[in-house]
Amino acid sequence: MIKIKKRWEIPETEVTPESLYLRRREFIKTGGLIGGALLLNPLAAAQASIAIGDYRKEAVSLDEETTTEEDATSYNNFYEFGTGKEDPQQNSRRFQTDDWKIVVGGECEKPGTYDLDELVKPFPVEERIYRLRCVEAWSMVIPWLGIPLGSILNTMQPTSKAKYVAFKTLHDPVRMPGQQRSVLNWPYREGLTIAEAMHPLTILSVGMYGKTMPNQNGAPIRLVVPWKYGFKSIKSIVGIEFTEEQPQTSWNMASAREYGFYSNVNPEVSHPRWSQKRERRIGDIFKRDTLMFNGYGEEVAALYDNLDLTVNF
Amino acid sequence: MSLSAALKSAYAKPVAHLLCLVPFTALLWAAFNDDLGANPVEKLTLETGEWTLRFLLITLSMTPLRQWTGQASFIRFRRLFGLYTFFYVCCHFSIWFIADHSLDVVAMIEDIIKRPYITLGFSALMLMLPLAITSNQAMIRRLGKKWKSLHQLVYLILSLGILHFMWLVKADYLQPIIYAIIAVVLLLHRVGPMKRFSLKSSPATR
Repeated sequence: MIKIKKRWEIPETEVTPESLYLRRREFIKTGGLIGGALLLNPLAAAQASIAIGDYRKEAVSLDEETTTEEDATSYNNFYEFGTGKEDPQQNSRRFQTDDWKIVVGGECEKPGTYDLDELVKPFPVEERIYRLRCVEAWSMVIPWLGIPLGSILNTMQPTSKAKYVAFKTLHDPVRMPGQQRSVLNWPYREGLTIAEAMHPLTILSVGMYGKTMPNQNGAPIRLVVPWKYGFKSIKSIVGIEFTEEQPQTSWNMASAREYGFYSNVNPEVSHPRWSQKRERRIGDIFKRDTLMFNGYGEEVAALYDNLDLTVNF
Repeated sequence: MSLSAALKSAYAKPVAHLLCLVPFTALLWAAFNDDLGANPVEKLTLETGEWTLRFLLITLSMTPLRQWTGQASFIRFRRLFGLYTFFYVCCHFSIWFIADHSLDVVAMIEDIIKRPYITLGFSALMLMLPLAITSNQAMIRRLGKKWKSLHQLVYLILSLGILHFMWLVKADYLQPIIYAIIAVVLLLHRVGPMKRFSLKSSPATR
């Protein structure tokens, strides 16, 4: 296999300005403190399905200020716990993620029901600092902890018929009270082409800010696809299926003319009701320009060479 | 103190002014204390927008309240609430113009033309201007009968405002629907059957 060195694999000391680099030491220090607190707090430890041990710091870094942890954990779109931005934090406090299972099926050699640990443990956890752009025109910068989705999918040995990967969120209206109202057609569904799923930037994330994934951010395991609108990065995954046909996706089912299957961040293709040209970075007052593919064009644009992005939005 | 005495009291209007300023003060206080959550601009825009709708509904409920309670004094508060509606919509518009468009008039106009929900909201604001301007005693006298027909624009404004809210929602229509239901009740009150019904049932409360 030929390994091409990617732009985001340049050692971070070369790309991070000194001020940020110096502040990084502080971050590691506070991260250590919080990590320690997690060990001392039995409740926090009991709820952690995936204990975050060692991880490769800043495996992918970004020369932009990280969103505060408080903002990233109190301003969430996770309709399973309510449609208000602060609802997920409030309503997911008691959400239990122990003994989490993921059902794998479809076009692969190793279908079955997997324990979360079984899928995740064999791989080293990496920290990846990505932009997150919501379709509602706000954005964040989040230090995710995760594993390339492709590494995990390969263990399931997809067949040549596997053209797409479909994901499903837990459907349990008792544990996820937001599902008691049919705001969306539950369970939440998402999907990627196999090439998108195998792309090295696509990860399954089990934590953020050096800690286990908070419930409101999609515990215990969620997808992160940084060049697509946030709703593609499905949370609390319980199902992975390899399919030959393009799978159904929740927001597309809710409004096909507004939310396409691809949903790549694209400032040139506006949402029918609002512009996607600009975005408000959480923490800012004024808006900034939105970047094509959320700034990851160099890495992912080739995936869409033969696709008219105004039609396949 | 009876309802009638309370409404006629010299303190009634100052108290009403203070109450109308409570949401504004609370938002200002929260803003200064960094207590508006992760996206303060969005929060302020949403809150001032919703308070505009609430004040519009309060304004429009003065006439039904007069009929249901038999207290003519409710009408004395209609202009006050109407002007606070205008105050909140001005806050709503200013925040959007400043923070979303960085005071860029061309970008703002483009948005108004291209985005139907903004077209509706902006039309509602434009229609409120003449009502605010003609709300003083001198204008009421000068316009005579025309004043009443002009101010019937308020029903159109309310409809535009609710559609504006409904049109920007992604999936959860509960809140705009609640506003719509209240609006329909208030509007129905002004057409024949409901009006007679409320007059018939009102003697008991007199």
